[in-house]
Amino acid sequence: MQGETAIIGNGDSVLAFKAGGVDAYPADDALKARETLRRLAMTYKVIFITDDLADPLDDLISRMNEQPYPVIVPIPSEGGSTGYAVKKLKEHMERALGVDILFNKEER
Amino acid sequence: MARLNVNPTRMELKRLKGRLSTAVRGHKLLKDKSDEMIRRFSVLIKENKRLRDEVEKELSDCLAQFAYASGVSSRAQLEKAFSIPKVKLDVEYSTDNIMSVDVPKITVNGAAGGELPYAFAEITSEADYSVKKISEVIVEMMKLAEVEKTVAMLAAEIERNKRRVNALEHVMIPQLNETIDYIRSKLDENERAATTRLMKVKDMIADRNG
Repeated sequence: MQGETAIIGNGDSVLAFKAGGVDAYPADDALKARETLRRLAMTYKVIFITDDLADPLDDLISRMNEQPYPVIVPIPSEGGSTGYAVKKLKEHMERALGVDILFNKEER
Repeated sequence: MARLNVNPTRMELKRLKGRLSTAVRGHKLLKDKSDEMIRRFSVLIKENKRLRDEVEKELSDCLAQFAYASGVSSRAQLEKAFSIPKVKLDVEYSTDNIMSVDVPKITVNGAAGGELPYAFAEITSEADYSVKKISEVIVEMMKLAEVEKTVAMLAAEIERNKRRVNALEHVMIPQLNETIDYIRSKLDENERAATTRLMKVKDMIADRNG
């Protein structure tokens, strides 16, 4: 518990981040992840979380957007991305601008 | 639009005029703030999209590689190999101020080196690739963290600001305008009434004397 960056993820994949100087906290289900995230938010500045776990924790993550820190970043897990991060991005864009300026071309 | 419930007096008229000019100035300022925030936001969101795509691509790649490694070695072995992190991220965390929104600012001073935290004999070589890659990607990830949070906070602030602008434009200012018009017409009416009364009195006096 001395670093400033942490990662929460399921399975072994989070261990790889330990080599990059990131503290790894494995969590197998959403309940465990919620509890871990709550605890880590007190001490860590940046917390990466795999997006399969981030999806059910959406309410908690949105609440943390009120202050600059901690920063919660969803990342793809070893099974690939669930599209959670892109969904959030789109949400923010539509909230602020009212229109989609990034993805509309791809959808057509 | 309902007008405010005030007494039609000169005092009140003066007070309301002051409020109207403040509201109009505030509306202009907020509108400018909104425009500038949206300009910044649209730059940031493009940056965010680019970083996000890049990080997701690289990460899926190295995590997939790492999955091979974890398939070959047992969990205990892996945990042992990674238990002592050799590299420490040298990162500075501060806050920046974009249009009076406090946003995080993360500067990575020293990128983590490509050193492996374990001996080659300890673990399969599949892990090497992903570990090296992650040390590189982590810098991008920190940048993404900063940009993504900024986008999120800015989006919330833009929405809040839009509400304020709308409230001023469509509620406050029309209300004040209508109330001012009302007071003005009431005062004019009183003045006309006073004049007619005086003329009438004058006529009556002239009749009596004449």
